[in-house]
Order: sequence, then C-alpha cells, then structure tokens
Amino acid sequence: MDPIYRALAEIVGEEYVSDQPEELFTYSKDLGTSEPIQPDYVAAPKTAEQVSRIVRMANQKKVPVVPLGGGISLAGLALPLRGGITLDLKRMDGIIELNEKSRYIVVEAGISHGKLTSYLHRHAPHLMHSEPGAPPAATIGGNVVIHGQGDLAHPYGFNSDMINGMEVVLPTGEICRFGSCAIGSGWYTLHPLPDLGLFLGWSGSTGILTKISLRLFPCKKIREMDIFVVEDEELVPDILYELTHAGMAEDLVAWSQEIPPYGNRLHHININITGDSREEMEFKRHLMFDIRLARYIQDGVGGIAAVSQDIERPQISKSADWKKGGGFEYVGSIMPVSAYPECYRRGMEISIRHHIPYTILGRVIGSAHGMMFSYSYAFNRADPETVRQAREALHETDHMVLEIGGTIWKPAVYGQQLVMERMDPNTLQLMKKVKTLLDPNNIMNPGNWEVN
Amino acid sequence: MSLAEYKYQDIIHRCFRCGYCKFPTDWDDVTNCPAYARYRLESYSTGGRLWLIRAWLTGEIQWSQHLAEIVYSCAACKNCVEKCPLSFHNDIVNMIIAAKNEMVELGLLPAPVKKFLQNIQLHGNPYGLPAKRRKAWMDGLNIESYHGQEYLYYVGCEGAYDTRAQLAARAVATLLLKTGISFGALGNDEACDGNEVEMLGEDGLVELVAEKNIKNFQKLGIKKIITLSPHAYNAFKNIYPRFGGEFKVFHYTQVLQDLLDRIKQDGQSAQGAKVTYHDPCFLGRWNSEYEAPRTLLKATGFQLIEMPRNKRGALCCGGGGGNFVTDFLGGSEESPARIRVREAHATGATILAVACPNCLTMLEDAVKVEGLEEELMVKDIAEILIESKQ
Amino acid sequence: MIELDFNEKKCLACKTHDCLTKCQYLDLDKDAAGMEMQKIIKGEDSHVLHDCVTCYACEEYCPMGNHPFYLIVSRQEALGITPLPEPLIKRGVQMGIPFRGDPEIEEVQGPVLNMGAFSDLTHLIQGKLFEGLTLISTDPRKMFHYFCQLMYLHYGRISVINERLGKIIQTFAFHNVNQVIHFHDECYGAYTSYAPAFGIHVPFQSVHFFEYLYHRLTTLKNDIQPLNFKVAYQRPCSSRLSSDKYAFVDKIFELIGVEHVERKYKHENALCCGGSILGQKRAGSRALAMELQRKNIQDMKQAGAEFCVFNCPACMLTMGKPVAENQIQPIFMSDLCRMAVGEKIT
Ligand SMILES: Cc1cc2nc3c(=O)[nH]c(=O)nc-3n(C[C@H](O)[C@H](O)[C@H](O)COP(=O)(O)OP(=O)(O)OC[C@H]3O[C@@H](n4cnc5c(N)ncnc54)[C@H](O)[C@@H]3O)c2cc1C
Repeated sequence: MDPIYRALAEIVGEEYVSDQPEELFTYSKDLGTSEPIQPDYVAAPKTAEQVSRIVRMANQKKVPVVPLGGGISLAGLALPLRGGITLDLKRMDGIIELNEKSRYIVVEAGISHGKLTSYLHRHAPHLMHSEPGAPPAATIGGNVVIHGQGDLAHPYGFNSDMINGMEVVLPTGEICRFGSCAIGSGWYTLHPLPDLGLFLGWSGSTGILTKISLRLFPCKKIREMDIFVVEDEELVPDILYELTHAGMAEDLVAWSQEIPPYGNRLHHININITGDSREEMEFKRHLMFDIRLARYIQDGVGGIAAVSQDIERPQISKSADWKKGGGFEYVGSIMPVSAYPECYRRGMEISIRHHIPYTILGRVIGSAHGMMFSYSYAFNRADPETVRQAREALHETDHMVLEIGGTIWKPAVYGQQLVMERMDPNTLQLMKKVKTLLDPNNIMNPGNWEVN
Repeated sequence: MSLAEYKYQDIIHRCFRCGYCKFPTDWDDVTNCPAYARYRLESYSTGGRLWLIRAWLTGEIQWSQHLAEIVYSCAACKNCVEKCPLSFHNDIVNMIIAAKNEMVELGLLPAPVKKFLQNIQLHGNPYGLPAKRRKAWMDGLNIESYHGQEYLYYVGCEGAYDTRAQLAARAVATLLLKTGISFGALGNDEACDGNEVEMLGEDGLVELVAEKNIKNFQKLGIKKIITLSPHAYNAFKNIYPRFGGEFKVFHYTQVLQDLLDRIKQDGQSAQGAKVTYHDPCFLGRWNSEYEAPRTLLKATGFQLIEMPRNKRGALCCGGGGGNFVTDFLGGSEESPARIRVREAHATGATILAVACPNCLTMLEDAVKVEGLEEELMVKDIAEILIESKQ
Repeated sequence: MIELDFNEKKCLACKTHDCLTKCQYLDLDKDAAGMEMQKIIKGEDSHVLHDCVTCYACEEYCPMGNHPFYLIVSRQEALGITPLPEPLIKRGVQMGIPFRGDPEIEEVQGPVLNMGAFSDLTHLIQGKLFEGLTLISTDPRKMFHYFCQLMYLHYGRISVINERLGKIIQTFAFHNVNQVIHFHDECYGAYTSYAPAFGIHVPFQSVHFFEYLYHRLTTLKNDIQPLNFKVAYQRPCSSRLSSDKYAFVDKIFELIGVEHVERKYKHENALCCGGSILGQKRAGSRALAMELQRKNIQDMKQAGAEFCVFNCPACMLTMGKPVAENQIQPIFMSDLCRMAVGEKIT
C-alpha cells in the first residue's frame, strides 16, 4: 500500500483519509473560476497533534500540504497547486473556552462561522464575533488567514485584528503558541510580546492555524439595518465620512448593482444600527440622519430608503445564482474610501466590456480608514464561455485595482504575482527569507505567495 | 435511459457548494446532513454529492462502487432542502434520487441496495423474510382483518418484521382498539409500501408496488389509512396519487391526538420525568407534522425537553433512504444515530421518544453501542402513552 | 392623451375647501386654502406643493368629487417640486421595472384575486375565505407586471404611472378577466379612481378586498365565532381613493365581533403610517414620521386596542414592529377574518 496513504490513515484513521477519485475530484474544485487541480490525498485531522504528525511526515516525503477550511474563499487559494495532501480542517471545530467577562473565545480553527454565531447566541447572547458575509460554512481559521472582514469591521477593523492568541503548526511540524497563551496565561491578548505575526495574509503557506482566541464584542438586543441612497458616486466618501464621524453604526456597506434594477446606477449605503433600547436606536438615528446627513436629504441628493430592517445572522447569500448558473467570483480589494467613485466607475466599465451585469460593494473598515471593495462576476458553471469571461474580467480587475492605487485582498495566484511585481524589493526578499526559514522544504501550500 | 436524459440536467450545475445544506435551522453545527456528519469529507455533503453526480453525467468521473456509496449514503432527510436558499432547493433530494434512477437503470448498484430491492421484489419486504410471517406482529392481539372498516391500520415492513418495531406496532394497535374506532389490518396480505424503493431510485418497482397496493386497497374498499410509519405515510400521501391512489392518510399520532380522552391510561405517573422527542424526517420535514407527536407527549405528563436540533432542524437518525438496512452510515462513533442519542442524552431526558419504527430501531441500537441503556430508553410514543398516566 | 379630468369650476364653487383645511399636516384656513388651490390650478408655485406629505387624504376630503391630490402631484412633477430626494425617486421608478421575463398568462375563469406587487404574501390567502378564487400575480419575480404604479403618487411622478398603467391593464386583459378582487387598496384605487380620473380605460370590473371579505364572511356566518377583541385599524393612504368602500371595515368588524375602538385618529382622521414621509426632503421629515407613529400608537394604546389591523403591507412593514413593541398585536385583516371562522393562522 502507498506509504503516504498508510501514514495518513495511521494518523487520522482510515475513515478520514482518501485517495479515491471521488474525493480527489471533489477537492480539486474551487467554487470560483479556477481550473481544477487534484490533490493526491485528502485527510481530515481532528487535533493539532495529528496535523503536526502529518506535516512532519510530509517533510520527510517532500509532499505538499494544503490547509483547507470551508473552501469558500473563491480565489483557488486552497487548491493543491503542486498536488500533495489537502488537509480538510473542519473536524477541528471545538469550542475550547468562552471567557465572557474578558470578552474572548478560544476555538479550534476549523469551526464554522455559523456554529460560532449559534453558540454565542445560545450561551452568551450579549456577545458576538465579527461575522463575514460569506456563507456560514466558512471557517474562522480560513477567514483570519486571509485577513477577512465582517460585520464589525467599521468599529473594530479586519477580523485578523481581532485575534487574542493563536496556536499554529509550523511547516516543520512544531506546535507554537502566540500571545499571552504562549506564556501559560489566559488567551486574552496577542500583544505586547515580540511580534511573530508571520501567519496571516499568507494563504496558509507559512503554517496551519489550529487554535484561535477571538475577541468578542457587545451584541445589543435590537439590531436593524437602515439604507441611505445617493445617485452621485462622488458623494459616497462624504456620506461615509459623516457616518463614521457620528460613529453610531456597527457596519457600513455601500453597494451598487445592475440587477435588480432598483440598484442600478445608484449607491445604497447599508447602515447597521444596534441598541439595547428604542431610545438608544432613535438617538443614533437622530445623530446620523437628522444631523450629519440632513443637508444631503434637504438638498435632494440623498435619501433614507428604508429603516428598521431586520438583520439576519448568519447572513444568507444568494449571490451565486444570479445567472442561474451556480457561480460567481469576485476580486476583493482594500482601498482608501476616497477611491470609491473611481472603483465604481472602473468596475462598471470592466463589467460592461465582459457583458456581465455589474455588482460592486464596499465595506468600511475602521473609521473609514479603508474599504474592502469587491467586484463580482457571475458565471454559469455549465457554460465554459461565461467562466472564461468572468476569469478575464477578474484578471483585468486585478490590474485595475493596482493601477488606481489599491491592494488586492486574498489575491488568487495571478493577483499575487501582480502584487509581488510591485513590491518593494527589500520587502519581497524578507518575505522569501521568512518563507524559507519557516518552510525549508516548501511543502506548505506551495505556489502561494511564492517569491521567485 | 441514458445519462443524457438525466432529468435535472438544467439545474444540477447551479449548486454553488456554499455549504448551507450542512446546517440545521439554527446553524448549530455543520453536522446536520447525516452523511456529512458521518464522513466529514466534502464528497459526502449534499453539495459534494451534487457535484459528483454532475461530474458523472458529464463524464468527468466514472461510475465506481465508491461513487454509488456516496450517492446512496444520502438518507433523503431533506435537511438540505430545508436550508438551501436558492430557488431550486425543493429539487435537491430529487436530483439525488434521479441519479439513483440512472444507476438502477444501468444496473450499477452497491450490493446492499441490490439486495434490498430484490428482497422487496421477491418477498415484499427488505429483509427477505417470508411473506407469510408478516402477520406475526398481531399475535395475541384482538385485531380484525380488514373487511370494510373505516380505517386500515398499515404497519409496514419494520413494524411487521423487526422484533423491536413489532412492539411499537402492537402498542399503536392497542391504543387504536382502546379508542373504539373501526379499523382492520391486512396481516399477511400487507405488502411493502415502496417509500424506500422510491428513495433508492427504482422507479419501475415503485410503480409495481404502488399499483399492486392501490389495486388491493381499492378492491377492499379502503378509503382511510392509519400508518405506523411516517415512511408509509409519505408513500401513501405523496407517491400513490401519482398512480391514481387517492386515500385519506393519517400517521397514528394525528389520529390519536384527537382521541386523547378515549385512551386515558392509568399507568405510572410521570412524576416530572423528562422525555425528549426525535422528529422523523418523513413526518417532519417531508410532511410538516411537528405538533401531533408533541401534543401526545405532553398529555403523558412527562416533561418534554427539546434537543437543540428539533423540528425542521432535526438531525436524521440516518435510517432513511433504505439506510436502516443498507447501512452506509453505520459503523462509526459519528454515525448519525449515535450522534443523535448523545444529543438526546445531553438533554437530561431518560426517554427518547420516537414516532417512527425506523428511528426506533436505529436509535435503540445506537443507545446500546453508546452504552447508555441504563440512562436512556428509546420508546415509541404509543408505548409511552400506554405505560403512563394521563 | 392621458390627462387629468380636474374640474376647476367645481373648485371655484367650493364653499369649504376641505381638501386643504382638513389636512392634518398643513395649517390653512378656508381663504388661504382657496387661494393656494387657485395657484395650484394655474400651475403656479404654492407652499402646499412643497409641504404636502402625500397622504392622499384630500382626495377623500374634497366634497365636490374633484381630484385635488392628483392635481397636486401633477403640479409637483410639472414644477419639479418633488417631495422625495432624487435618488429615492430614481430607485422607486426603477423598482417597478419588470426584469425577469414575462409572466405566464393563463386565461382564468371566475373571480380572480390580484396580489399586485405583493406576491410574497400569498400565504395570507388561505382557507375557506378564499376557496374557489384564482390568484394572479403569485410569482414575486413577475409581480411588477401587475404593479398598479400608484406608489409614484408619493414620488411626484404622474408621468410614470401614465406611461406604465396601460401595459399593466393589458396584462390583466390577457388573462381575460372580467372581475378582479384587489388584495391591496392601492390597486383598487388605481382601477376605480385614478384610471377614470385620467380617462384610462379599464376593461374589467374591480372589487374591493374588504367588500369581498365581507360577503364571503356573510356566507360563512355559521362558522363565525365572535372574537371579542378590541382593535384599532391602521387606515392606509390608498383607502382615501375608495372612501365608499371604507365602510366595510366596520361592517366586517361587526360581523366578526370585534370592537373598533374609539380614538382620535380614526376614520377620516387616520394618520399616515409614516412610511412615505420618512424619506422626504423637507427638514424634519424623519422626525415627523417617528412622531406620527408615536402619536398613532399612543392613541391606540389609550383606546385599549389589543390588535392593530392592517390591510396595507407597507403600513405593516413600517408600523408592525413598533406596534408589537407596544404590546399591541399587528395583524392583517384577512388573518383576523380567518381567526373569526376558526382557522389557525401562522
Ligand atoms: C458569497 C460570499 C461572500 C463572502 N463575503 C465575505 C466577507 O464579507 N468577508 C470576508 O472576509 N470574506 C468573504 N468571503 C470570502 C471567504 O468565503 C471568507 O473569507 C471565508 O471566511 C474564508 O474561509 P474558508 O474557511 O472558506 O477558507 P478557505 O477557502 O478554506 O481557505 C482560505 C485560505 O486559507 C488557508 N487556510 C484555511 N484554513 C487555514 C488554517 N486553519 N490555517 C492556515 N491556513 C488556512 C487556505 O489554504 C486558503 O489559502 C465571501 C465569500 C462568498 C462566497
């Protein structure tokens, strides 16, 4: 029998390893436009120790290891570019510690956002984590590894800024801890120890996160969404500036899309407002609409389109089926908020060129310190031509994003190359050194962030 | 039929594999798809299964025993139908059944499925037991043969043959006798209802079974049917009309809930004992009956504690889609039935109530394997009603 | 040519100018009201055009059977004095564009219930009250083919209504319907008030939903168990276009044994739910909408209402939640009627 298979079976149990065509097929596919690439093995470990043993074995055999969470990042980031072992981490989904008073929760990295939300809802309803708009099967690990952002991005930043501690299996197999947990204290802070933050933003190519302590935030009783609409894209940064000045919102998302028609050539700004009482809600609305935004309303250039809409958590996304074709992929970019008008115009141009109805969206990060701006392209999975069109549009968007001064978020390999082409050479060399130091045999998700 | 005629050709590619289908209603965990809970590999999730079926249809992958097992590991519990937010969600289980149709057509079946279907064809039950032993469950009970009474009491294969399910079949009969309603049973003339045959994709056999039963029912003048099993309930209610069989069908819990005053028992008082209830998929998600069983349980004086996953979000016992015999989901600590009894145990209940002979046997076996016999008893609601005081 | 049939002479002859003096949102005496109406008729600017909250009520108040509200909206559009900010107008106008293909048209026999743009509320149309009815516009993706367009009265966009209504009527005609019950007051108003006022031909007869419910309930009289609730009714703006049918509210209430509580904002004095005021340009509009809601709910509470009955889904959307938070149960009229005939509502 194949020695790698045998080793894997011995580590995770026969049940949770496969080299059968059915599993290799399943794990060869990303949900987006990426071409399929088959792993040689799939394994689903249960513990950090098992991950560590697999990684050590992989170093001996010089076989790649590709960590996989929900597999929903869309950019082909967990496709085994060089074959090897795909590690499905979703069995590592335990909740280890909830510390209510210190507002953190320690979880295994493969836990889904849906499970965490549900757990908090049940056991600590006054606490929440920042949940991305991704399908709830997305994992906490996969999300922080790619610097995701969620519905608390406006007050608290990137989800990867909300980490209080981590446990990581290094590419050479050692299990390391970072933050206060590393010195045997609770998992309540990542700072102030020497900074070893070498694992986020690397698409899993520098190590496998196995435990994460996540900051939790107040979850208020009443949670509602209001919507403000403008037609002139130039106004969006101003409106967001006003709203972030008020600081009353929990999430701010501006979007525009061709279909359904009511969103076409208009900019909707979704404003999540929360409070423990109606008075608190009204106070917040008063500050935002009657004070900060009053002049836009009275000038007739902006208006309140809806108030008090219920917010569902997890959010349900139907966006994959716009073309009745089961597919879409987006380029995410991190942009200054002031770039919104240009992002919108350029994105729309690309969509028109590729005959895809345009869909753009920007989520405010911090006090309008930045924005995750996405350009989505729907395709029909059964029609390769539309997949090709979408892929081309994505590539064109990657170029455009960099051209107008943005940064690509969770770039696919294509985008990673574009980013690295522009990177300061000293920084690039440091990246290479770090990678070589941590992963001497280049087994960890190779092909990602690879400096040539 | 060739693969090119696959009925859902136009929609099967629309699954995005977002994974909503893995969750229960309250998003409690990714383990509400029984096959995915058991195997935890994407290929066994509904999305994975749909993508594999499509790959088989397009020739990207070839049929294999393993592929067939993945397809047949679907318990047809409809959790995915419940959770998928896309407009084609109602067809998800149908898409999987349609793939089974193809496999049947091509004769490419896993051995246990083949055996299951053969047994039904030859013996009228999936166990391959002789048809003349079908009436064994009635021994010693004063049940009339059906001869024009108001209701037919239909027990189905599990109730008729499985020794544990027989007790449930008898308990229901005892209660029905107590209500004084007029009913009869078919004894050895009863034959498989065909629900699982449909779920296993053997269309031709479904037709045969249904038409035979319909003819028999019509000949006997049967208009109203009470079933022990939600599976039979589903077959009579939702499959038979396709073949011209229109009957008024009731699950026994639906009949009893209106006749509670007639079945007053003076068994033991519940004294605050706790019971939890496991929704069978073919009563719950397939037919939206969540209340009748609960109404009965509440009448027993037991304290009903819900498991976190209940009603539309209930975890299937893993017995559906023929799996109570074919057993593609068994053999592991993470078999759905074992997960479910652990969940039931965690509520602090001492009784796990069921309303389906299929769930009854699946869960009782799981209790044994988990070593929980001392702490948790699996009982049919009818058994609980008989033993308790109302 | 689609044109409003507004009779100036009637207006000149009017002794009361109730249209504006009764307005709950403007403060005008008879003389001032007459003067402002004259300006409006002549096509001149008037503060009324700016201050109108578009509650439709003047259409009902007018004792001469004229159409003051349609005139006001026409003038708002002509003079570019729109009540809402431009982006909201654009959004609203685009909202009504059908974009998911044409509906499947089947010829229908017998009475038809038109869901209009509320196809997602067909779950309300259940049980014996609705047996034998054929529903049309039941597919949310196609519902804008049945959208009566009167919403644009709030938007200062008579032109959009006039441009589109003919096509909508045509869709009904394709079904070959002769009698249509309209789920929403607004659709009923479109075909029985607006269309005649603008000389638009409607080739079918319209039945008000409440009139239908009332008659249906009378045939099911034996099934009715008096509910004995105290209820308030949230009268929608579009009910002002069919004042003659408003009486069915109380007739239904009487039949099903509920008490329509006496309160300040009842009948003619009904308050707007605030939904259309909320987004208006005029300074303080949002606060006004909140204040109206507060006053309205307070009034219901003081009158001891246990239920607040709605017909308009938009009113339900804006007021349902705050009503419930004030321990008054929001309920659709149809559901209330279903309860009365012993049906369980979900
Ligand atoms: C409709 C839709 C909406 C979305 N909206 C958002 C949004 O609002 N915000 C947002 O942030 N994202 C969003 N996403 C993107 C993405 O789904 C999420 O970021 C998601 O959290 C990624 O997690 P995952 O578990 O699916 O990661 P995967 O796709 O499994 O993995 C992502 C990367 O991380 C690596 N990886 C995974 N787990 C680990 C680990 N434990 N250790 C080391 N490396 C690991 C993988 O190798 C891969 O490179 C959206 C996606 C979709 C389809």
